[in-house]
Amino acid sequence: MLAYIVRRLLWLPVLLIIVSFITFALGYYGPADPIVALMGQNYDPEVAAQLAHEYGLDQPFGVQYLKYLERVARLDFGESIKYRNQPVLRLLIPRLAVTIQLNVASSFIGVSVGIAVGVIAALRRGELIDRLVVFGVVFGRAVPVFVAGPILLFLFARTIPVLPPGGWDGIFSRSAVMPVLLLSIGPMAVFARQTRAGMLEVMGQDYIRTARAKGLHEMTVVTVHALRNALIPLLTILGFLLGSLVEGTFLTETIFGIPGIGQFAFEALGGRDYPVIITVTLLVAVAYALGNLWADLLYGVVDPRIRQA
Amino acid sequence: MSAQARAGLRPETEGKIFRPRRTLWGDVWHRLRRNRPAMVGLVIIGLMYFTAIFAPLIAPYEYDKIDLENVRAGPSREHLLGTDELGRDVFSRIVWAARSAAFVSITVTSFGLALGTFFGALAGYLGGWVDTLIMRLGDVLFAFPGLLFVFFIAATIKPGLIAWVKAIGLRELARSGYVDYLVVIIALGLVGWPGLARLIRGQLLSLKRRDYILAAQATGVPTWRIMWRHLLPNAMPPVIVAVSGGIGGVILSEATLSFLGIGLQPPNPSWGAMLFQYYGYWRTELWPLLFIPAAVLVAIVLAFNFLGDGLNEALNPQLD
Repeated sequence: MLAYIVRRLLWLPVLLIIVSFITFALGYYGPADPIVALMGQNYDPEVAAQLAHEYGLDQPFGVQYLKYLERVARLDFGESIKYRNQPVLRLLIPRLAVTIQLNVASSFIGVSVGIAVGVIAALRRGELIDRLVVFGVVFGRAVPVFVAGPILLFLFARTIPVLPPGGWDGIFSRSAVMPVLLLSIGPMAVFARQTRAGMLEVMGQDYIRTARAKGLHEMTVVTVHALRNALIPLLTILGFLLGSLVEGTFLTETIFGIPGIGQFAFEALGGRDYPVIITVTLLVAVAYALGNLWADLLYGVVDPRIRQA
Repeated sequence: MSAQARAGLRPETEGKIFRPRRTLWGDVWHRLRRNRPAMVGLVIIGLMYFTAIFAPLIAPYEYDKIDLENVRAGPSREHLLGTDELGRDVFSRIVWAARSAAFVSITVTSFGLALGTFFGALAGYLGGWVDTLIMRLGDVLFAFPGLLFVFFIAATIKPGLIAWVKAIGLRELARSGYVDYLVVIIALGLVGWPGLARLIRGQLLSLKRRDYILAAQATGVPTWRIMWRHLLPNAMPPVIVAVSGGIGGVILSEATLSFLGIGLQPPNPSWGAMLFQYYGYWRTELWPLLFIPAAVLVAIVLAFNFLGDGLNEALNPQLD
């Protein structure tokens, strides 16, 4: 097990170097000139050359990349081109805080509601509530974030105008309700589906009959004996959850105008603000790699056969 | 009296087996046909591709036909679903967008399948450092959340691609909207292959140890022929399931990119771009238009999910 963890951990820095190289190379060879984007109408070749020199954009690729790596090692991600002279890191931290709040809230709601609903559906198999859950899961899986977002907006900001159509006043404000709801649909559907399937499988096992025969309370049978075993396969979809959250965050923040890193990255793509684009990509890749590592390790804990692979 | 007649066999049935002849795919089809959601999905998907092929005959107007005398019109006999703020017929744009979706989904899937099969087969059959190299490359691509990588590629390659298209003398192409299609296809195709390569590699790793492959190798069958005739056809069933699910994903990704303004650009018809356009109407009386591309997209994703689940069950009957 230890060797497995070490091997997986050693892969991480290698991966990050490759990722940073790819993003840097695409940014470097991408012919869109950030200086042109910055200066817009007031383009002047002399000032442009001076600016390029100032940002080190006139040096050869290898030099720029090595300097970049060296700065990244010191957690210096350069300065934004659009927001002149502001370090990327300082711009990023408040936005990251917003994104993390949004994601933690929606995965918490999505996972807990999903598991609860899945258990109820499995215990009442074939009844109305089960059919409603199955129906909801089918739809939850099929409705993309960018379809559900505008429809939610239309419902709660126009037809029944109880919620603001966008903006961000913190996670405990009314402005967070729609984004959190929207982002939790995906995890909710996936967890409800998996929990229901897991519970149905586990509830038919002999040890459940044994537990019941011992005279245990049905609540104990369900929570201690059944649910704990039914949840094991759910660990393996944690990696998936992370991926869907990253994509969902990007879209949700754009739709509702939430100042998180998704919207920041989108804005940077439009303005060819490469230091920002590269940093956000790197950050997301790190988060994603850590999430996948976490899922793989849990996988290894649960299923000993994986460790040897 | 012949020996056959004595055994009670009629001569004309000699050597024939009475069990109806069934291939793997015949079996799958037989099971799939009894799966109602999967069949509904198949019909919806068929309808989409039919609409895509016959779009010029079905759509009453061109997708970019602007009619400033008929802006913001409600549904009527001339305009089944009304018009937008430029007087473009909404129904026609929905129909033409089916063509965009079909075109992008088929090209991206073929591109991804070709890359995935090529790299997967190479890795699985040759093994060794080739295998390590290809799989690590796949790992790197997996390390990005797919959509972010697509955004990134689409945003960075587009200016270069346009410059390149101009450089090889296709100015018309550069000016037309078709370069957007190319950007979307390259970005989505590059992201799509590692999953398929992994799948095919895994299949080949288990298949290549079978006796019939050893027999083929022993009789001197060339490697490419073993690959093409013996290995790949047997590796296909799970690949078919992955690909059929993937097509729906590609349509959705194109819509997502176009919704965000990185994919197909106006006036090219795309359900995602239309959704974005109509979503901007939410304060005006044109708001119901939002539900048209939304319903189409949900129906298509549902159709692909149903068909994918159905195929999965039909190919793995032990799941029941």
